[in-house]
Amino acid sequence: MAKRIVIDPVTRIEGHAKISVFLDDEGNVSDAEFHVVEFRGFEKFCEGRSYAEMPGITPRICGICPVSHLLASAKAGDALMAVDIPVGADKLRRLMNLGQIIQSHALSFFHLSSPDFLLGWDTEVAKRNVFGLISANPDLARAGIRLRQFGQEIIEILGDRKIHPAWAVPGGVRSALSKTGRQRIKEWIPEAYKTTKLALDLFKSTLKTHGREVQVFGNFQSLFMGLVTEDGSWEHHGGLLRFTDSSGSVIADQLDPQNFSEFIGESVQSSSYLKSPYYKPMGFPDGMYRVGPLARLNVCERMGVPQADAELKYFKKLGRGAVTSSFLYHYARLIEILASIELVEQYMDDPDLMTDHLRAEAGINKLKGVGVSEAPRGTLFHLYEVDRNGLIQKVNLIVATGQNNLAMNRTVAQIAKHYVKGEKIQEPMLNRVEAGIRCYDPCLSCSTHALGKMPMAVSLVAPDGRVLNEVTRDG
Amino acid sequence: MAAITLTIDDKQVSAEDSQSVLSIAQEQGIAIPTLCHLEGVYDVGACRLCLVEVAGVNKLLPACTTKATEGMVVRTDTERLRKYRKITLELLFAERNHVCAICVANGHCELQTMAYNQGMDHVRYDYCFPKWDMDLTHERFGMDHNRCILCARCVRACWHIEGAGTKNVAGRGARSHIITDMFQPWGEAESCTSCGKCVMACPTGALFERGSTTGEMQRDRTTLEFIVTAREKKQWIA
Repeated sequence: MAKRIVIDPVTRIEGHAKISVFLDDEGNVSDAEFHVVEFRGFEKFCEGRSYAEMPGITPRICGICPVSHLLASAKAGDALMAVDIPVGADKLRRLMNLGQIIQSHALSFFHLSSPDFLLGWDTEVAKRNVFGLISANPDLARAGIRLRQFGQEIIEILGDRKIHPAWAVPGGVRSALSKTGRQRIKEWIPEAYKTTKLALDLFKSTLKTHGREVQVFGNFQSLFMGLVTEDGSWEHHGGLLRFTDSSGSVIADQLDPQNFSEFIGESVQSSSYLKSPYYKPMGFPDGMYRVGPLARLNVCERMGVPQADAELKYFKKLGRGAVTSSFLYHYARLIEILASIELVEQYMDDPDLMTDHLRAEAGINKLKGVGVSEAPRGTLFHLYEVDRNGLIQKVNLIVATGQNNLAMNRTVAQIAKHYVKGEKIQEPMLNRVEAGIRCYDPCLSCSTHALGKMPMAVSLVAPDGRVLNEVTRDG
Repeated sequence: MAAITLTIDDKQVSAEDSQSVLSIAQEQGIAIPTLCHLEGVYDVGACRLCLVEVAGVNKLLPACTTKATEGMVVRTDTERLRKYRKITLELLFAERNHVCAICVANGHCELQTMAYNQGMDHVRYDYCFPKWDMDLTHERFGMDHNRCILCARCVRACWHIEGAGTKNVAGRGARSHIITDMFQPWGEAESCTSCGKCVMACPTGALFERGSTTGEMQRDRTTLEFIVTAREKKQWIA
């Protein structure tokens, strides 16, 4: 008889989700699904509001990556005004996005994911979290927390607050980098480098003992999508879109995000509130693509900064063509932190960041505009349609975690197939399925993650709804 | 005009018999919270925040529209008044969709400041979540009915300072709302002189300069006060 295993809730991710594992008659895993059980409704209740307000409203989607929404929203506003923003404003937005990438990646690596592979997969749940890391390796934990703080401080120095700064606006930004702010960032850079390199060394040595995880944690063929510069370098805020396949070949390049609906379709599944985007020319579900750090490093040819470029060379050797194991999202994240610090350092001597020409002024010149930015978790699209006065008629947000939805399902299925045998629900399987999801650092919204303290309920459910086996684990 | 004597918060004060309790209290440095009161235009007693206790009268009276009388004993800050002021504020917040965090007037809003000052830490009533539109048809200004508290300061500034008579209140009860001309979009209201006095008069984020983003709408009321003073002192008459 076919059965279903449910993991609910999934811990140490941003938001609420559950996992269903479907078993066939022989007790082997046939499929798995990752459900997002929250409903937010932002696209609906923004209708009727002014486009100028959107960079204030949409960051409220999330407290971890509000800056991504802020920047994508402001860019969509630029598109509606049909303006090129002042060069200083563009650089300042980029600086804030780099701060965002650093803080979010540090959070994902040190606070949420590293306890799995640094403390051991089968350490008891109550200890396998950032507090466990603090007691096992206080110096590393402190350095990781400080690295996240560095990113957060950049955001605060620019936008006056760490979370939900009202700073980027349609047409530019509201304030420049102050001299004291610049000094503060400058002084912190050496420490940030040191921590990042420590983490890189640590992860690379971990890789040697984690061959199995690299093999089964979402290691499959898919497309990858991300922004690249004109010459194919790593990009995080401007540039155009590129798709590559798992052999590493570019299948579409320099696509204008303004027309994303021509090449990205969205499929809606009844089992989840998350939409599943796909690459249109290949259809659903073959057009499955991954976004985020792994994808960005796969689509780009170089990082454009020396230290991260050296790491990228090592990274690219881990795959034939593209790097296809989602376990290596962690590694990609660290390389992106390194690149971000290098770019932040370059900006420190740039006079454009101190200018007061920061805001372009214009009315509504286009009725439809798209803003795109690379959020820590992947490419983020904001599409707004407005009336001639700038009142929002339609909103479509395509978020990174949605684009990774299909890949997360595949990852869960792959891990479950490897670790589930028969009807018995075993702890190692639960731990690894959760960790597999965590590779994507999914951000299901702004709700607080539970740091391994949330109880986990797993049920084996027969097709008629009968619960055959139930395991409850307290945090 | 005769002089009268009355007591406000145990303080003996003298005033003219045509004065309101509010204006006397203000002259004496006694702070009574207000929202719909605007210097330079007449009072309407719309917000009910300036309610005071008057000895011998059971109900609470708005200080702005209550004329002082000889021997009146007024209390402006009692447990009962604080309770009612909080209720009034909570009802104002529950009535429409204010959402301070993303409001253009965040940090510069009289309603928000008042709520802080009166110690309003939550709203005990169910929010109504009414559906109200924004009017962005005017080339310079915008109106968001979601953030309107119907104080009618804009209406009074429009009629009695600018003399244009563009703004009005239409509808009844909970559906009352500010309109321009004969309920036309603001951008089509021919009587509007685009002077912006209504925007300067507004205590919340309901009226704003177009393109303002979160917390950017700061008002400069000195212009309004300048005009009112100039007119009262007939400074424009040669």
